[in-house]
Formats: sequence, C-alpha cells, structure tokens
Amino acid sequence: MKHALLFIPLIFTALVSQAQAVTPEQLIEKVKLKLEQVNNYKATGEMKTNISFLKAPNSQVTVYFKKPDKLKIKNEKGISLVPKGTVSISLNTVLKGNYQALDAGTSTLSGITVRVIKLLPTEENSEVVLSTLYIDVARLLVLQAKTTTRENGTHELQLMYNKYATYALPDKVIFTFNTSEYKLPKGVTFDYDDGSEKKKPAGKQDQRGKIEITYSTYEINKGISDAVFN
Amino acid sequence: MWQLLQIELFKIFRKPRTYISFGAIAAMVLIIQVALKFDGRSYIEFVLGSLKDSLEIPFDNILNGFFICFVILNLLLIHIPLLIALVAGDLVAGEANMGTLRLLATKPISRTQLMLAKFFAATIYTAMLLLWMALLALALSIYLFDTNDIIVARNDVIEVIKKDDVLWRYIAAFGYATVALTTVAALAFLLSIFADNSIGPIVATISIVIVFTILSEMQIPLYDRTVKPYLFTSHMLAWKGFFYLKTDGEGTSIPGSIENLPAVLKSMAVLLSYIVLFVGAAISIFKRKDILS
Repeated sequence: MKHALLFIPLIFTALVSQAQAVTPEQLIEKVKLKLEQVNNYKATGEMKTNISFLKAPNSQVTVYFKKPDKLKIKNEKGISLVPKGTVSISLNTVLKGNYQALDAGTSTLSGITVRVIKLLPTEENSEVVLSTLYIDVARLLVLQAKTTTRENGTHELQLMYNKYATYALPDKVIFTFNTSEYKLPKGVTFDYDDGSEKKKPAGKQDQRGKIEITYSTYEINKGISDAVFN
Repeated sequence: MWQLLQIELFKIFRKPRTYISFGAIAAMVLIIQVALKFDGRSYIEFVLGSLKDSLEIPFDNILNGFFICFVILNLLLIHIPLLIALVAGDLVAGEANMGTLRLLATKPISRTQLMLAKFFAATIYTAMLLLWMALLALALSIYLFDTNDIIVARNDVIEVIKKDDVLWRYIAAFGYATVALTTVAALAFLLSIFADNSIGPIVATISIVIVFTILSEMQIPLYDRTVKPYLFTSHMLAWKGFFYLKTDGEGTSIPGSIENLPAVLKSMAVLLSYIVLFVGAAISIFKRKDILS
C-alpha cells in the first residue's frame, strides 16, 4: 500500500508532463476545434453593469452570436448601455487572426491547473498587441483571457462553465475593460445638490468598467439572421 | 372662506393674462417635442457624446416619452416661476391698481381671510398650471414617443431607470414642483402688497428668482457653504432627487429607491417654511396696512 502511495506523485507528474508535451499551437488548435462546433447561438441572461459613472439596474439581455465573430448584446425590453468592446466576450474574436503561440507555463485559477499561452499577433498593424489565455487542458476550455490592445488598453475576460461546457459556452462571463471619462457642465444638467459629500474625481481604478452576464439559456446552431447585428 | 376662494379664482381666471401662461407652456412643450421628434439624436449626442467611443448608445430607445418629459421639465421648471409671478404678483397690487382693494377691505371679512383666500387661489392656479404641463409634457410625450427606460444625465453620473419604476417618480416630482412653485407664488404675493400696480412685484419676483438661481448654480465654494443652503431656489431643484437612485455595493442601482430621500424631504421642509414665512409676513403687513388706493 505504501509503495502504491509513492507512485501517485509520479503518475501526477507524468500526466502534467504529457499535458505540457502538447505544444501551444496544438492546444490552441484543439480549443478552436471545440469552439468550431458552434456556428451561431442566441442566449438569454442577466447583465450586471459596474462602471463608475453609470448607475444602472440589472437587465435581461439577449446575446446573439454568428460565426466568425459577429456578436450583439440586446436589451429587448429596455435600455442597456453596453461597452463597445463586448464583441471580445466571444472567444472566436480573441482567437481570430494570425499569431504565434508561446508557452508561459502553468498557473492555478479557482483551484484548477491551467496552461498559460501567450498569443503574439504576427501582423504588424494588428490592433491586438498581446493576448494571454489560461486554458483548462483537461476540458479544453479557456477560463481567462487578457488582451492588450493599441488603442483601448487592456481588457480581461473570465469565463465560468457548467451546463454548456461541451460547446465551450460559458454560463457566466465577466468582462473588465477601460472606460472613458464622463462629465457634463453643471449649467447644462442643473443637478440637485443635496448637500452630501461630493464624489472624488475618478482614479485609475475607477476608470475600469465591468460587466457580468449570467446566461440562463442557449439556443445553439438554430440560425441567426444577419439583420440582428445591424 | 370657500366662497371667498371661489371669488378669487373667478377673478384670476377672468383675466386674459392667466391664459398666457397656459398658452406659453403649450407652445414651449410642443416646440421641444417637435424639435426632439425630428432631431432628438443631436440632443442625445450632445448629452452622451463623450461616451460614444466606449459605449453602444441606443439612440432610438433613449428618445422616448419619459426621457422627453424629463428634458422638458429640466428646461421649463426654471422658466415657469416667471409665469407664476405674472398672476401671483397681481393678486393684491392689481386690486390696488383698479381701486377695488379699499372696497374689498370694507367687506365683513377679516383681512387674514381675504389674504388666505387670495393665496389659496394662487396655489390652485399654480397646481393647475403644473397639471397642464404634466398633461402635455408627460401624457402627450408618452402618446407621441411611447415609453421605455429613462436615462438621466447628471453632472458626473448617468442614471438608467427601468420604465416600470418611472411613473411614480414623475407623480412625486410634479407634486414637489407644485410646492416649489407655490414658494414663488408666495414671494410674488408678499411683494404685491407693497405696490399699487402689478408690474413692480412681477419684475421684482422675477429678478429675485434669477439672481438666486444664478447663485444656486454657481460653483463657488464661498457661496456653496454660506448662501446656497438658505436660498429657496437651491431647494426648488430637489424634484430631481426622485430620479437619483441608490446603488448597492457593486454600483448597481436599486429599483424603487431614492438616493437621498432625507435631503429631498429637508428641501421640501425648507420650501414650506418659506411659504409660511412669505404668507405670514404678507398677512401680518397687510393687516396693519393703511389702504389708500
């Protein structure tokens, strides 16, 4: 029995080495292959917005996706101010284009060991400077993606999977992004001054916005009209 | 008292100048509605333009009846005091000008009753003017532009309020505006006892409102701490407090909430105090006044 226990770390090391043996390119190809199963989807869910200058309630949204990288978030029953970069909540957008994949070792996310892969675009004028993917090798799922762009700073995507993991579709997405400043002259808004302490000007931390979408249903590969994305 | 009130209301609504206010409001509201119907996008771009690069702005959805009513109230509630002064400033001075004040004072009614009847008539006129405005700015806007969630642009924050959480806020805001404008009516009423024709009190009321509004809106720390909290014009804008929502720890607004209800109620108490002060002073002075006209 004691001998058997000694073998466990060895088996674990062997499994990890086997995982590492898969080259970054091969791993990305496998992930893309899994994503390829989905040609389009219509998903419903609840969106929570956290932007320093925006006070909005949670809203019911419908997310439309169509290959290769069309994505639209709509609030059919009300108004939602959706960040422009939300097209990046689709991994197809993150993985499109030509790039060189580099191995950056392993890490742990929520107790799951993940391979860290950095994607360097090969095109000189690419808007994306660098993408870092945290991939659960066993399930071939991207759990986190950080993308640094030339114009719009860095945005981060966290994905949590459950019911739709076989399609590589998340049950919850958290998208963190850079926001611009908002200010209107008081002479235009005629705000009511209730005498309470004024908010300090937005610091660097406040200029990061976050949206969370918790999906409740997906309709996968049922066809989506292009008109939805206009 | 009821009979006195009826007589005063009859006097107010018999004068053509009373209907100028109703006509002016109808014209202004319709002008704004037509402008927003044909070029509302430009207005929204002006308000939310700085966010166009970072957020998807659903222009067509934002331009709805609730939003347009807010724009109208924002523009007009600063100007309506002028229309209120037009009638309230004439209540006593107009009688003095026509030579009927002395006759009125000889009737077997107390001067207090007479003054209260006049003031209540001015209050009813104010409420009717706001009801007319609500009918045009809210009901007609909803009819023309339909409803949706409302976007309220503040100095440094944008509020998004769900459409089923909006109507009660308008009812509260119009109720508050009635108190706010009654304060102006009370001021004009007080000033009208000092003059023998209505032009003086009307111009004086308008001047006070303009000067106080400028002081209220100037962001100079010296005035912010010393003068501003005591100006009734600073508190007249508290109707907007009904459109400012509380947020949870993560910045999500809470439907059905008001960001700072105690401050709104305090502002209302300040306005009510001003009304009592103005009307009380008017009655007190009028009771001792030697009526020569």
